[in-house]
Amino acid sequence: MSWALEILKASLYAVIVFTFAAVFAAMLGVYLERKISGWIQARVGPKHVGPQGILQTVADTIKLLQKENIVPRNADFLVFSTAPLIVTVAALLGYVVIPWGKLGDWILIVRDLNIGVLYFAAVSSLIVIGILTGGWSSNNKYALLGGLRSASQLISYELPLGFAIISVAMMAGSLSTVDIVNAQRDVWFVFKQPLAFLIFLIAAAAETNRIPFDLPEAESELVAGYFAEYTGMRFALFQLGEYAEMLAMAAMTTVLFLGGWRGPWLPPILWFFIKTYAVVFFFMWVRWTYPRLRIDQLLNLSWKVLLPLGLLNILGTGLVVTLAR
Amino acid sequence: MLVDWLYVAVFGVVGVLLAVLPLAIVWLISPRGEYPQKLLTYESGVVPFGQAWSQFNVRYYLFSLAFVLFDVEVIYLYPWAIVFKELGAVAFMEMFVFLAILFLAFIYAWRKGALEWV
Repeated sequence: MSWALEILKASLYAVIVFTFAAVFAAMLGVYLERKISGWIQARVGPKHVGPQGILQTVADTIKLLQKENIVPRNADFLVFSTAPLIVTVAALLGYVVIPWGKLGDWILIVRDLNIGVLYFAAVSSLIVIGILTGGWSSNNKYALLGGLRSASQLISYELPLGFAIISVAMMAGSLSTVDIVNAQRDVWFVFKQPLAFLIFLIAAAAETNRIPFDLPEAESELVAGYFAEYTGMRFALFQLGEYAEMLAMAAMTTVLFLGGWRGPWLPPILWFFIKTYAVVFFFMWVRWTYPRLRIDQLLNLSWKVLLPLGLLNILGTGLVVTLAR
Repeated sequence: MLVDWLYVAVFGVVGVLLAVLPLAIVWLISPRGEYPQKLLTYESGVVPFGQAWSQFNVRYYLFSLAFVLFDVEVIYLYPWAIVFKELGAVAFMEMFVFLAILFLAFIYAWRKGALEWV
């Protein structure tokens, strides 16, 4: 009986989190992206649907719902249809361990796993499987190239991401997201671990395939990269997965380095959203400011700069913590 | 403890169902019409020749090989990072030796040109 109740509760949470991701990450994210890009490029952005164009993405979603799902004749049907599902579900799974705030003593988190951040890194790396299979199964040369690039890029940047997470875990002495936020009661980890923060931000931008690391998509050379053959709702699922992952990464940056929900005066939930969307804004700002890297520059940055730096940071942190004991 | 992972499993299953839901709506209401040109692979308007499933550059594999090496290292670091405060200087020295050996391997791979993209 209690198991049935737990499953029911979990399903309810899943529906809430999925709706939240669809509305706040994808719809609001795309709207913000278009508005901010318009602002940065001195134009207006969406303006006509709803006040200040706020309903533009709703209209786009309704449009995409009416589009035909085309599967190219040469594609592998089964793999082609599964790939967008993998990307969406992998992005959604990361939301299980994000603590959104605190109401009294009640922490707004789906489940406080004791290996929270490791779990987050693990499920967010599942996205590469969806992208690679999507690119391969399209049987399109551009898509395959995009998928392969994505595979080498995502796995290369996973290592610095892991090193940054480990430096934080060493300071907090725990992998649970709630414990990490509680460990920042006095000083945010961004001040104790500035190098890890920088590595994490760069790796997070690369993990979410955003410019300057958007080689898997690269509109100007690969059409749209791995999702070149996807139409309608399947394309929308890829977009949803990508924006949900970006919001999750921004939320994780907040948890690991910016003190989570902690802050004076305002309610904790509000603080969490302010910090998270500040990081999202930073990602968008970078996207509309810098050009795309070449693949050799991209891999050099990860393997020859971030990876040794991350390792040295771990050793340095270990030395300081051991000596200070 | 087990309940935690029940939640993760339910999230996976419900996530798939919720992602299939819009696809089902599309299947119900979308227009359908097939002609050969529509089902062609899109390659910037040129009629595609051959398959995309062919041999490709081995460099992508080299990087995944190096990745496997370092990812295993990262997995070993996680449990150490949690408990090294209690274990003190000995644990730190041991991890220092472990990381130093791996760092030598990394420099070797670098010098041998395994990390070059040609």
